[in-house]
Amino acid sequence: MSYSDAQLWVIILALGVGTFLIRFSFLGILGNRELPPWLLRHLRYTAVGILPAMVTPLVLWPEATGGTLDPVRVASAVVGLGVGLWTKNAIWAIVSGMGSFWALGALLG
Amino acid sequence: MSASSPRAAYRRGVSAALPFVIVVAPFGLLFGVVGTEAGLDIAQVMGFTVLVIAGASQFTALQLMADGAPTLIVVASALAVNLRMAMYSASLAPYLGQAPFWQRALAAYMNVDQTYALAHAEYEARPATTAPERMAFFFGTATPIIPVWVGATAVGIWVGAALPPALGLDFAVPITFIALIAPALRTLAHVAAAVTSVVMAILLGFLPWNLWLLAAGLAAMIVGAEVERRMEARR
Repeated sequence: MSYSDAQLWVIILALGVGTFLIRFSFLGILGNRELPPWLLRHLRYTAVGILPAMVTPLVLWPEATGGTLDPVRVASAVVGLGVGLWTKNAIWAIVSGMGSFWALGALLG
Repeated sequence: MSASSPRAAYRRGVSAALPFVIVVAPFGLLFGVVGTEAGLDIAQVMGFTVLVIAGASQFTALQLMADGAPTLIVVASALAVNLRMAMYSASLAPYLGQAPFWQRALAAYMNVDQTYALAHAEYEARPATTAPERMAFFFGTATPIIPVWVGATAVGIWVGAALPPALGLDFAVPITFIALIAPALRTLAHVAAAVTSVVMAILLGFLPWNLWLLAAGLAAMIVGAEVERRMEARR
């Protein structure tokens, strides 16, 4: 990791304070005010909007393989997604995804 | 109503939250492991876990730091993942807004996915409860969740230091994100947002400083909201 200790603590503190302010916004400062429906509608999709973008390069061009497509990682990601959709359970998705990754890696590698 | 009813509400909160310890512990553990493998020291990993208490954004920050993104981009992207909590805050304000300032501040600090979901469900199911009871229930849900999250991370640091690098734990990060996304794909609008997010990440991958992440997130939010609006208009 290419950050100084000071930079790391700036990141940790800024993220801590910023996250607190987001959580405190309406409870503490803005009070009992109604949010406009269009804004609520957008906020509903923040997590599901950002996390898939985060996953994409990690699955399709991972650093660990020097940025080339790795069938084991792609297949394991598909298994994890499928199990997650089917069971609606995050833990089973992780267990099956990492399980496939290690099993396929041992079989093919 | 008897004077002990906030106490009863507190106990109800604790028992409602207990099953969710099973969900929280593995994420905390994994953050401890992955954070240690990424090169953070004990104080830094615990700093994230205690000050931020938001797994998805902590993993986002970790991944962007592994990519060497500028400090501002790391913070902005990880905060963007937490924007949904403004919605949690707004939705709890009518129920907890009368409580003393320090209680609202403490509740805000512990307003995570699980405590929010449990508290909101309780307030809708029992509209007749008093304000102190509602706050007591909220603190009840946080009582098992927060210490388990922090404790699991500490165990993860210790486990992570002992694991061999050959395990390919870098892959645990995308798998964890996939595990968080999949159960959330409940409606066509959620699916549309997720697909937009993936397509934009591929198309915009050339942008510097990981700006593709914020751009893809923004585009996906707009698509999700628009699909939801059209689905409702059709009803």
